[in-house]
Amino acid sequence: MSSTRPNQLFRNKSSKIAAIPMIVTALFVFVGGTIWTVVYSFTKSGLLPRLQWVGLDQYERLWATRKWLVAIENLAIYGLCMLVLVFVIGFILAALIDQKIRFEDTIRTVILYPYALSFVVTGLVWQWILNPEFGVQNVVRGWGWKSFTFDPLYNADIAIYGVLIAGIWQGSGLVMVLMLAGLRGIDQDVWKASRVDGIPTWKAYIFIIIPMMRPVFVTTLVIVVTGIVKIYDLIVAQTGGGPGISTEVPAKYVYDMMFQANNLGQGFAASTMMLVTVALIVIPWTILEFGGSKHRD
Amino acid sequence: MALLPARLRVEKIMKNSVEIKNLDLQFGSVKVLQDLNLDIGKGEFLVLLGSSGCGKSTLLNCIAGLLDVSGGQIHINDRNVTWAEPSDRGIGMVFQSYALYPQMTVEGNLSFGLKNAKLPKPEIAKRIKQASEVLQIEPLLKRKPAALSGGQRQRVAIGRALVRDVDVFLFDEPLSNLDAKLRADLRVEIKRLHHKLQNTMIYVTHDQIEAMTLADRIAIMRGGQIMQLGSPAEIYGRPINKYVADFIGSPSMNFLDGHVENGTFEVGDLSIPLDGYEFVDASATDGPATMGIRPEHVVTGELVESAPFQVNVEVNLIEPTGSDTLVDCEVAGHHFRVRMDGQSRVSVGEKLRLGFAPTRASLFDANTELRL
Amino acid sequence: MTDTSLTPLTGPQGPKPRKSFSRRNIFLYGTLITITLFYALPLYVMFVTSLKGMPEIRLGNIFSPPLEVTFQPWVKAWSQACTGLTCNGLSTGFWNSVQITIPSVILSIIIASVNGYALSNWKFKGADAFFTILIFGAFIPYQVMLYPIVIMLREIGLYGSLGGLVLVHTVFGMPILTLLFRNYFTSLPEELFKAARVDGAGFWAIYTKIMVPMSLPIFTVAVILQVTGIWNDFLFGVVYTSPDNYPMTVSLNNIVNSTQGVKEYNVNMAATILTGLVPLSIYFVSGRLFVRGIAAGAVKG
Repeated sequence: MSSTRPNQLFRNKSSKIAAIPMIVTALFVFVGGTIWTVVYSFTKSGLLPRLQWVGLDQYERLWATRKWLVAIENLAIYGLCMLVLVFVIGFILAALIDQKIRFEDTIRTVILYPYALSFVVTGLVWQWILNPEFGVQNVVRGWGWKSFTFDPLYNADIAIYGVLIAGIWQGSGLVMVLMLAGLRGIDQDVWKASRVDGIPTWKAYIFIIIPMMRPVFVTTLVIVVTGIVKIYDLIVAQTGGGPGISTEVPAKYVYDMMFQANNLGQGFAASTMMLVTVALIVIPWTILEFGGSKHRD
Repeated sequence: MALLPARLRVEKIMKNSVEIKNLDLQFGSVKVLQDLNLDIGKGEFLVLLGSSGCGKSTLLNCIAGLLDVSGGQIHINDRNVTWAEPSDRGIGMVFQSYALYPQMTVEGNLSFGLKNAKLPKPEIAKRIKQASEVLQIEPLLKRKPAALSGGQRQRVAIGRALVRDVDVFLFDEPLSNLDAKLRADLRVEIKRLHHKLQNTMIYVTHDQIEAMTLADRIAIMRGGQIMQLGSPAEIYGRPINKYVADFIGSPSMNFLDGHVENGTFEVGDLSIPLDGYEFVDASATDGPATMGIRPEHVVTGELVESAPFQVNVEVNLIEPTGSDTLVDCEVAGHHFRVRMDGQSRVSVGEKLRLGFAPTRASLFDANTELRL
Repeated sequence: MTDTSLTPLTGPQGPKPRKSFSRRNIFLYGTLITITLFYALPLYVMFVTSLKGMPEIRLGNIFSPPLEVTFQPWVKAWSQACTGLTCNGLSTGFWNSVQITIPSVILSIIIASVNGYALSNWKFKGADAFFTILIFGAFIPYQVMLYPIVIMLREIGLYGSLGGLVLVHTVFGMPILTLLFRNYFTSLPEELFKAARVDGAGFWAIYTKIMVPMSLPIFTVAVILQVTGIWNDFLFGVVYTSPDNYPMTVSLNNIVNSTQGVKEYNVNMAATILTGLVPLSIYFVSGRLFVRGIAAGAVKG
């Protein structure tokens, strides 16, 4: 260390140099990229981005496009069902596994492995299992129930539920792991106290344990929701958006507009809408978790 | 008060409140409790004392029914409750971490178990009122645990045991999470509570001050067994073995390794007369032994002249604590501590004359470490 | 102690008798076994399908084990299956994925660990602000940044190349990895860092000589997280590389969903397993570390 007072800018120099990639990523890619996309969503960009302002035209067209409306509707159905089912299944599984059961590691390993697989693999497997000609429908018909029909991927009305099955299969293990970590983090004395008080287990879960797990639930919710909004690969692999446009989702709409329809403006507007959706979840969460830190124990 | 009838029930006197018979507990091949027997009288305050891992909390959890025992029986109020659910055993329990239900108000915490047991509303309200009066937590009833201080939380936790209107209270290191001052305050409060309610209380702690001040009887545990069971005075004055002697008392007992010969204790070139020492076994024979003398039983100054045994030492080190001054010296080659009044003026290197009475000392067999 | 030990005990004693076939246990294990089977089923179906010949698939039931085991579908999936344009199987995609994954994992971990280290031990003014932006960035849908990155890569001449994709993976891996390393380094005793500074070690010396050797477990977690994440990526692969450089997931999708010719389900399933093999092996080998990676990723920043 030299005895002269170093320049403020060069204090901690190595650390600042080391942080350059982070700063560049944060400022240029994340902030810059986001602002750029939002700005260009108000332009008439087609094949190439052009700074020709058209106001809200892109958004008006977006919300007048059937494919986008279907995509939003699908996202809502998929998202809501996914959220509810994945939480219910994940929590029940975690609670069952938390009962000091045998073969815990095996069961956990089996339930979580789908999460290690890519959405493409997941989509293709379930495409095969749900294939009416060879899959579940065929097998059940083979047992003698000739009129049995289960062909979600070939029926536009319910195709999104076929995707939902795959999504749940892939994602519930994650929720289970998070919930289990939450359950294991509960002070064992609380369980003891509830037993001394004579509270039945199910009541203890509902009135004591679940309320205590609020932070875990919130974190899991944020992770699951951001995952749902991003859903893309699963659709591409499992249904390709079909039959027809019945399983389109916003992320796919964005990709198709940007890279196949040469309609960048639409892509920008659609992706901005996705950003808004996520912001509606993440911002309240941030305020809740980190803003009101005064009354946390 | 509805909380008091417990005292009336004491009239079936001398029936034990809790009886533990041949209790075994093992996890896999590890024996945690071994053939443990313990009777606790009605209205008695029993403290289970020991260092961590001695099995004291495990024993308490067995009594509560939170752990399934491997062998033996547990009786509470003359009822064999070995297989009973914790809530059916007639106990209330207070935990170290308070274990309050964090999302409920204090009132909710107190009433949850009662509501669940389908008690009529007026009865619940009455019990909460009484308990909160006794514990002075009435102003806190509408608050949530997060908004309470550690001491207040523990009062609520005690309250949750109180409203159950049971005869036996179990405390699992209830004061360990509190700071020193609060701990002292709440200790007094628990003692007062016991006087008032006259319930049986079983109290687990590793803090000997808590044990000494609270207990009617102390059970000192080690390695899943009870080493000594007795009143605080007995445990302090006549420790049954060297472990107990060393464990109880702060600063701890001085030990001199020597041997007993013809009614004197020989250590180095000193001969300490054992006149008046009460041997456990009158026919005790001569042989190697350890003498234990508590630092506070050594006298200095004018009092020395009246002591049966006297010795000259040189002061090696002084530890003033304010109320007392601890003096380190050497007696017959053994490290030796003396507790003197905080006012005494001593300095390192000074010559000091000490005296003590062998009647207040303890003698242990050098091999078995049992009291002679 | 009393002499009760001498009189024999009557009434309930010892452990509470429990039926191993209690209603509770039947419900508990019944549910768990059913669910476990549901989760295991697809993997099983993939395997048996990939080992059957096409005639058997047309006749049989997808759940039945193969009557005649054949490895032909695997060979075909690896080296002959058609992606619509070429018929080189998955092998090209596999090697592309290897070439993408290895440098991406190394680069992203080096950068993120140094970042995390700077954030935990050498905090400078404004560091937390950048970090907060970075964490928020993790929640922004990728679609929002997709096109701006195309432009950036084009500007530096990496658009369509493996190098460009490596850069993209490094950027998008940064939030979670930085968080992971920052939290880990913060949990190390600060005295260690202070002692090293008193001994005259500087930023890089402390990082390489003290922090890295102490952080092997977290580096392992990071490697697991990144290898599976990058291997499984589809979107970035499609957007930022050209068909010659497509990673394995993209090739797989092109093989299975290409509309030309007769569908060979056994080859498709063999290809699907092959693609899933790398993350699956990592998952089954690393076990708890994998779980720790997820949990670390889930813990709020």
